[in-house]
Parts: sequence; C-alpha cells; structure tokens
Amino acid sequence: MSTLEIMLVSAFALVGAGLYGLLITRNLIKVVIALQIMVKGALVALVAAGQASDQLALGQSLAMTVIVADTVVAVIGLAFAVQVKRVRGTLDLRALAELRG
Amino acid sequence: MVYAGLGIAAVLCAILAIRATRLLSAALWLAGVSALVSILLYELGARQVAVIELSVGAGLVTVLFVFAISIAGDDALGERTALPRWLAAGAVGALVILLVGMALPVDDATAEAAGGSVQAALWDQRALDVLIQIVLIFTGVLCLLGLLAETRPLVFAPPAARSVARQDALSAGREQVEPVREPALEEVR
Repeated sequence: MSTLEIMLVSAFALVGAGLYGLLITRNLIKVVIALQIMVKGALVALVAAGQASDQLALGQSLAMTVIVADTVVAVIGLAFAVQVKRVRGTLDLRALAELRG
Repeated sequence: MVYAGLGIAAVLCAILAIRATRLLSAALWLAGVSALVSILLYELGARQVAVIELSVGAGLVTVLFVFAISIAGDDALGERTALPRWLAAGAVGALVILLVGMALPVDDATAEAAGGSVQAALWDQRALDVLIQIVLIFTGVLCLLGLLAETRPLVFAPPAARSVARQDALSAGREQVEPVREPALEEVR
C-alpha cells in the first residue's frame, strides 16, 4: 500500500470509530469526544489529499480552518454540557429528551 | 511502515477513548489521538498544521475537557447505550468498507511534499477562510461567555398558582399585597 492509501485507511478508521461512539454514547461530554475523533480523521484525509495532489499548502490551510472550527465546536459543546448539568443535574441524553413520540 | 504504525496507534487510542467508562480517561485517550495525529501530519510534511494540532488539539482542548469534567462531574452512565452495539458496529463497518472501496486504490503520483507556503495559500487563496475563522473564534468566545454566565434556574410559576397565592395573601388580611415579581432579564443573565 502506498502512503496515501495508508493515510486514507487511517482517516476512515478514525471517522468510523468516532461515528461508532456517536451512535452508542448517551453522555453529552462523550458526544463531544466522539465528534473530536471524527474531525481528526477528516484532518488526516485533508492533508493526505493535499500532499497527493501536489497542493500541500492548500491542504494545510484547509486543515487549519477545520482545527479552528473543531475547537470552537468543542468549547461550545463543553460549555453547553456544563450548563445542562447545572440546570438539569444530568448529562444523560435520554433523560434530557423531553419530547417523546 | 511508520505511517501504518502511527495510524494503527491513533485508531487504537480512539477506540479506547470511546470504550472508556470514565470521562477523564476518555479525554486523556483523546489527547493521545491528537498527539499521534500531529506526529502523522509532521511525517507527511504538514509541519505548521502538526504544531497547531499538537498545541490546540492535545493541549488546549484537553485542558478544556478536564476543566469541564471537573465541573460537571465524572459520573458513569452504566452499560445501556443509545443504540444496540451490534447495530452501531454493523452500520459503521458497512460505512468504512464503502468508503475504502470507493477511495482505493489511489494513484499516488506525488509522494514528495509540494512547494508553496502556507502563508501564501492562507492570505492569497483562502482569505475568506481566514475571515470566517476570525468570525468563528469571536462567535465561540461570545457563546462561551453567554453559556458560562452564572444563572438562576428558570422556574416560573404558572398563572393559576400566582392568583391562588394572591388570594391567600388577601384572605390573610394584608393591607398591601406585594405583586409577584417577574424575574427581569438582567437578573436572569
């Protein structure tokens, strides 16, 4: 396997691990952790694609944008989790669901 | 070989972060994923992004996670999951197999790090991205200030309960009934 293929497989595996965590977890903070893992996979794929297409600088600049957006998502998600814990006393997503069909 | 080892180690750390029962352990495994990914990026030639990922992903975000877990508490939620594990694993496995089948094999014509500086790409080609990043950072700071502000829990009595309370006060013979104060917006904030 070439370097790019190894990178792509690693990126897909990271995205898969994050998606698996997103599907099974009920904890609000763990949801943020799963999202972070998925974004790491996207980061690796972006840089690997930039290197393979001879545009590493462009791939890096896009990766920087992704890192900034990811950090902002983590900050807001964690602040939201802290407020939910303060007001509702739990981080369980099932307990937070008020609308039941 | 180095790439494969780093990739496998990052995926293992990610699986351990997902499977960890304690939130603090999950946050530390996530920091491990960030560190390994930044080494991977450095080996690929993306040195600026590797440094930023190491400092922001493995440093700042981990500190934020530890801070949030220390405030919210590290309570385990038991073994029950949102979806059955077999269903989630099947769906994710199918997705990953589909992605790998669509993406591979790839023509890896250029293995060398390409020319061009990140600064030029950022400021000349992706100037709008930089602007959006600045807006994102300010949005994040504002949201954080709004969310972390000390607030009282919003407990509003229904109108019927308020009128009953007023009637009770009247029957108790008070001369001046104190109106039920609505919480002002400034107080809530």
